[in-house]
Amino acid sequence: MSLVTHEELKQPSPLLSGPAELRELPEWFHDQQRAAWKQFESLPKPTRKDQAWRFSNVALLDLAPFKFGGTLSEEERTAILERSRGLDEVAGRMIFAGDELIERDVISDQLKKRGVIFQSLERAMVEHTELFRKHFMSQPTILGSAKFAALHQALVSSGTFLYVPRGVEIEQPIEIFHWLNGENASVFPHLLLVTDELAKVTVIEHFRSVNEHAPGFACGVNDLVAGPGAKVTYVCAQNWAENVVALQMNSTVVDHDASAMSLNLHVGSRYSRFESLSRLIGEGGRSDLLAVAVAKHQQEFDARTLQDHISPHTASDLLYKNALDDRARTIFGGLIRVEPHAHFTDAYQKVRNLLLSDDAEANSMPGLEILADNVRCTHGATSGQIDEDELFYLRTRGIPVSVAQRLIVTGFLDEVIQRLNHPAIADHLNRLIEEKFAT
Amino acid sequence: MKTQTKAVDINRSIGDFFYPEAHVRDAGAGLSERTIEYISDVKEDPDWVREFRRRGLKTFLEKPLPTHWASKDLEAIDFDKIRYYLAPGTEAKRSWEEVPDDIKRTFERLGIPEQERKFLAGVEAQFDSEAVYSNIKKAVGEQGVIFVGSTEGLKNYPEIFRKWFGKVIPIADNKFSALNSAVFSGGSFIYVPPGVKVKHPLQAYFRINAENFGQFERTLIIADEGAEVTYMEGCTAPKFNTPTLHSAVVELIALKGAKIQYITVQNWASNVFNLVTKRGLAQENAEVKWIDCNIGSRLTMKYPSVIMKGRKARGEVLSIALANDGQHQDTGAKMIHAADETTSNIVSKSISIGKGRATYRGLVHVPKHLKHCKNNTECDALLINATSRTDTYPAITVRGTGNAVQHEASVSQVSAEQIFYMQQRGLSEAQAMSLSVNGFVNDLVRQFPMEYSVELKRLIELEMEGSVG
Repeated sequence: MSLVTHEELKQPSPLLSGPAELRELPEWFHDQQRAAWKQFESLPKPTRKDQAWRFSNVALLDLAPFKFGGTLSEEERTAILERSRGLDEVAGRMIFAGDELIERDVISDQLKKRGVIFQSLERAMVEHTELFRKHFMSQPTILGSAKFAALHQALVSSGTFLYVPRGVEIEQPIEIFHWLNGENASVFPHLLLVTDELAKVTVIEHFRSVNEHAPGFACGVNDLVAGPGAKVTYVCAQNWAENVVALQMNSTVVDHDASAMSLNLHVGSRYSRFESLSRLIGEGGRSDLLAVAVAKHQQEFDARTLQDHISPHTASDLLYKNALDDRARTIFGGLIRVEPHAHFTDAYQKVRNLLLSDDAEANSMPGLEILADNVRCTHGATSGQIDEDELFYLRTRGIPVSVAQRLIVTGFLDEVIQRLNHPAIADHLNRLIEEKFAT
Repeated sequence: MKTQTKAVDINRSIGDFFYPEAHVRDAGAGLSERTIEYISDVKEDPDWVREFRRRGLKTFLEKPLPTHWASKDLEAIDFDKIRYYLAPGTEAKRSWEEVPDDIKRTFERLGIPEQERKFLAGVEAQFDSEAVYSNIKKAVGEQGVIFVGSTEGLKNYPEIFRKWFGKVIPIADNKFSALNSAVFSGGSFIYVPPGVKVKHPLQAYFRINAENFGQFERTLIIADEGAEVTYMEGCTAPKFNTPTLHSAVVELIALKGAKIQYITVQNWASNVFNLVTKRGLAQENAEVKWIDCNIGSRLTMKYPSVIMKGRKARGEVLSIALANDGQHQDTGAKMIHAADETTSNIVSKSISIGKGRATYRGLVHVPKHLKHCKNNTECDALLINATSRTDTYPAITVRGTGNAVQHEASVSQVSAEQIFYMQQRGLSEAQAMSLSVNGFVNDLVRQFPMEYSVELKRLIELEMEGSVG
């Protein structure tokens, strides 16, 4: 176990004052950051009139109150480490608090020997510059948040770099924690995951807040690359405090015969926008996009997805499920795009909303754009409520209404989680859902 | 098995003709306040209509084109080159004998059989802007049904007309409804008194026969309590090289327990921009049903809507779109649930051939605190060639519990196995393809009135010609 600390003192200055020059990052990276900041400033703020932001509560995206994180005291650090509990068995772990890497459980020597690289983003830019530059934010942000991707690039200061070389299979998951610490603090989490041919890896990211009431801002970007024949599983457990505004832009590139699976669980934040771009660039590629959201109180979850079939003979399958209570809102804007010549595409997309209260609102925009022939594309969207018959059945078995409702909702969501086929992660996610119901 | 001889009866050149124009009233090209005043003068509009037109023009000029979501092709419309009003100088006719011969010949080329004319309950045929021919069958008139041109309607029946005109589709609904509000002429006004069930469908044929001429008909149909009426609208147009704009506004009002069915077969020439706003209002227990077929035009943007305002109101859209080379059929439906126990159904089928593009754009809205609302949406798309394109963009908002909404869409193509099977039985590839496509739309077509389903099947066969092999 090694402890990585940052020398520089980060004073909380407003986010909108721009990128700090203090950080010891390569000059070419600073140049990129300055360019990205200019781009952030020049791009217009999203409005509801943009199709990509239709139904979104864009008024929540006021960044003025947010600041860069300050430095951690020793007690805070210990407390955060104490609370960073996720899976019991992992192959490696990184814990970030306020974008500072506070702990790293290194991977085994055996994996290291086989060429697996697991290090902080800032080290990777120096030690593996070529690989880093090839994949770091290499995919365009086309689902609406280009402005925020630019902001991320301008202000990102740390993150995770994971490279799995040819033929290496990492059995246990790699675990990453991102903590928001302090009033109006902000974080810019980044995961750059590159797998080579026939590699296999599972990564789980936990997004959490130290203080369960503190407002904050999170703006993350993930670059996931599944090399030929590789198997990549990515799980995100988003559990920010309920005053946090969060944006996450994920891109997944799936090469030939590779398969990528992602599952996003949303229980936290005031507003969370999650953009998932999945590009199928090689024949035989497959992408599974899964999401589960439990929205309560005033929460708003805004999911935008694109299943981009670029190569023929590719498959994708999306299943998003939302359970909505109180005054919560969800938005699903998804598109299956079959590019010209991507014949023999097999794409599926389904969103299901379960409304538990009269004030909840579910918006669904499942879309298709088909420019090729010989495809099989289907999408579906349903919105409904708990089946009275199911509820009645459980009540006749002596189960109180509230428990019966919860059982039905967990059962509804569990279908998605079981698709992961990973009992330990499924248990963890189900526990988060249970805790959410208790609030 | 179907014989091929039937299909040969009609050929694509059916719309490729026109007779010399003799427009005595022409507002010239371009749109300005002067144009609006001119139209009002010629049509001897009452003051409130004149004011309505002025507001329409103002709104039209203020509103931007909806290019942030719609096709960029809209920018190809040159509003300054369009002639917004012209009339052949004939007033609405009461009998067939009074109709000028060349117009009669036009109808003949359109293939309206003598038999069918007799069958019609009343005909409101529009040649260019003015209603040329208007005949209300005695029986319908005796029932108290009003079936006239919109101009006649607003002059002779102001008390009913004014009450509902522009109420379902306000001027500022969109840029093109504003345009229509400014320059509208032609179209139908129908009022069906309480409890009257109009046995035969009321029909109207529309044609464009002047280059660069936009047609802006305005139709208002009111079915009073417990009344029932079916209205049919069919379009063909001759081919011209310069873009032509067609921008109609159709408002339907179904009062308590009434039923309105509105059927359109759109087969404009492939240079026509067809940008239409259609919306129905259904009161308690009422039903509004749109049957919509889009086969022609360069770009069609049309999303028939139903606002279900009363308890147990029903809305339905059945739609078929066929997009061939150079065509974009951007169609869909909107269902606004505004009362408890309202139900709506959308079934959309599209076929993309060659480089054609078919788009489904839908909106389903179930607001707060409504109970037992249901929506079912099904969209199926069929792709014929590798270059064909299809899109689906639904938007569904559901608030609260006690409602059920489901949407499903699929994209597929005619399977090679099916074609092989039919070829084995002696059909050519093209015949087999045509048969498969007709099979794809068959369950929808069967719901159409008989003469329309026959016409439609033929049109589909025509469009399929040359798309395979």
